[in-house]
Amino acid sequence: MSENILSVRNLTVKYISRETGVCHAVNDVSLDVKKGETIGLVGETGAGKTTIALSILRLLPMPPARIVSGEIYLQGEDLLKMPEGGMRGIRGGRISMIFQDPMTALNPIDRVGDQISEMIKLHLDLNNAQAAGKAAEMLEMVGIPSTRFNDYPHQFSGGMKQRVIIAIALACRPELLLADEPTTALDVTIQAQVLNMMKGLKNELGTSMVLITHDLGVVAETCDRVAVVYAGEIVEIGTADAVFEKKSHPYTVGLFNSLPDITGERKRLLPIAGLMPDPTALPEGCKFSPRCPACGEACTKGPVGLRLESGTHFVRCLKAGQ
Amino acid sequence: MSTALLQVDNLKKYFAVPQGYLHAVDDVSFSIDKAATLGVVGESGCGKTTLGRVVLRLLDSTDGRIVFDGEDVTHVKGAKLKALRKRMQIIFQDPYASLNPRKTVFQTISEAMSINGRLSAPEIKKRVVELMDIVGLAQRFVNAYPHELDGGRRQRIGVARALSIEPEFIVCDEPVSALDVSIQAQILNLLIDIQTELGIAYIFITHDLSVVKHISDNIIVMYLGQVVEEVASAELFSRQIHPYTRALLSAVPVPIVNYDKKRILLKGEISSPVNPGEGCRFAPRCDYVQDRCLEEGPELREILPRRLARCHFAERFA
Repeated sequence: MSENILSVRNLTVKYISRETGVCHAVNDVSLDVKKGETIGLVGETGAGKTTIALSILRLLPMPPARIVSGEIYLQGEDLLKMPEGGMRGIRGGRISMIFQDPMTALNPIDRVGDQISEMIKLHLDLNNAQAAGKAAEMLEMVGIPSTRFNDYPHQFSGGMKQRVIIAIALACRPELLLADEPTTALDVTIQAQVLNMMKGLKNELGTSMVLITHDLGVVAETCDRVAVVYAGEIVEIGTADAVFEKKSHPYTVGLFNSLPDITGERKRLLPIAGLMPDPTALPEGCKFSPRCPACGEACTKGPVGLRLESGTHFVRCLKAGQ
Repeated sequence: MSTALLQVDNLKKYFAVPQGYLHAVDDVSFSIDKAATLGVVGESGCGKTTLGRVVLRLLDSTDGRIVFDGEDVTHVKGAKLKALRKRMQIIFQDPYASLNPRKTVFQTISEAMSINGRLSAPEIKKRVVELMDIVGLAQRFVNAYPHELDGGRRQRIGVARALSIEPEFIVCDEPVSALDVSIQAQILNLLIDIQTELGIAYIFITHDLSVVKHISDNIIVMYLGQVVEEVASAELFSRQIHPYTRALLSAVPVPIVNYDKKRILLKGEISSPVNPGEGCRFAPRCDYVQDRCLEEGPELREILPRRLARCHFAERFA
């Protein structure tokens, strides 16, 4: 578990447009993903989670997006310096992405089997019959009978569509899977089925995964490590054990206090005061300071760096642990 | 139950579709006391939203009876229905779709009061200020349009609009599902405070079990148009009697690492509500299904004091 499949170094992404000005979407994010590991990116709407994932695949709409600085290494190779032709081999081949909404991610006028075969033919040296055979195998693998190879997406329910999308994503045995809220659109019993299946397949194939979610419950169940993202920054990162056990950043603590507790007594919720800052006008110093109950004078002056809390657990807070 | 504000008996709502009838709400009964909250929980397509709309008389029922404050309102019309509308309100799920984009905050909140006609213009103005205070919306937004506001503030407008004509009863249809958790917590606290202060009864419709536990006094669990379990909120989470409720609870991801629980993975997916047939509607996914379940649909019956479940073999988990 020591080899890094992916290393993101000091990634900064801005969206620049004449109407809204400069939107600071991702600010100096560094992240490592080890072989076979699942890392969760948690945070609320607009925190920059999806922008991070799209940067890795270089799928950001440019303009308005601009990767201002940073490096993204896939096993030592900087993806940001790769020619576009090379990236086409990476996307779907070595890195796959699962999108949030299974209703819109599939082509409505193509048979699902053909949609899986398409991916296989693009990346593996197989003829049509071999690709179709492999696609049928993938369908079975995600728990769909291969007799449904010739069905169209509208003949599947939401959970089944998400299984098809997972089959496409895993068809070429990628080293890394980027899953952007893969179960958010699904009902909880179906979510349980899909997460269970993803976990099984991931272990079987040894794939590493970046799981983007806003659901701390899903993180607890599936992730080895977790990074909490706020206003384009990682504010806390560590093993899921460490972060859930010893929540150190006031934002992380606030997220947990906002959740109704299903296991214990009913208590009044303690929401985080205020709102996410406007990404075109981020506050000076700590980005969370305007909402932070522990905010002190030093917090509003100058940038706050990630500080070692313990082991591999880092926190971006001057007050944590005091 | 003489204090019940709302009593619903054997309510049915079928929609005619080309293949026959879609049983959206099938034989649902419950009652809500004044200032109490009934949680309605279930997955997509179980009929919870339709139930809310039928109760509000926004949709006509196929069969059954709705008694509001001692009066049968199932078929009231005209002036009587208009009078009833003043006493019942709804808060919608999507704060992006449920507000008119061409109306300002003031126009949206005041509209019902203007139609209602009890208050003069200056009184309405005063009331809007008051309502914005109650829901925690700064006065500077009074002339703002919805697109200028974030989801949490929009939902506060939805709440203020519902409160404007002082209803006794509000259907909250997934009011926090579209919101981030920190904002969700703000709105949940707001709804609870309003209830404590104004004594309003809620039907709280949601698919989120943690939320329903947090806000409800009693909970009904729905599956394919039917109530499969009814129970006091606190008890549901200590013990579930119906196999569907058990699976539903076990599927909720708990934000505790290495949380020890037995996950029950359901087979398959929800079946079609069109012409559902005779047997138990949950039977195709049930781990404990027996021949009798396929032939004869179980009735909702009292298994333990004040605990109802719709299962032939409910005693197994009682």
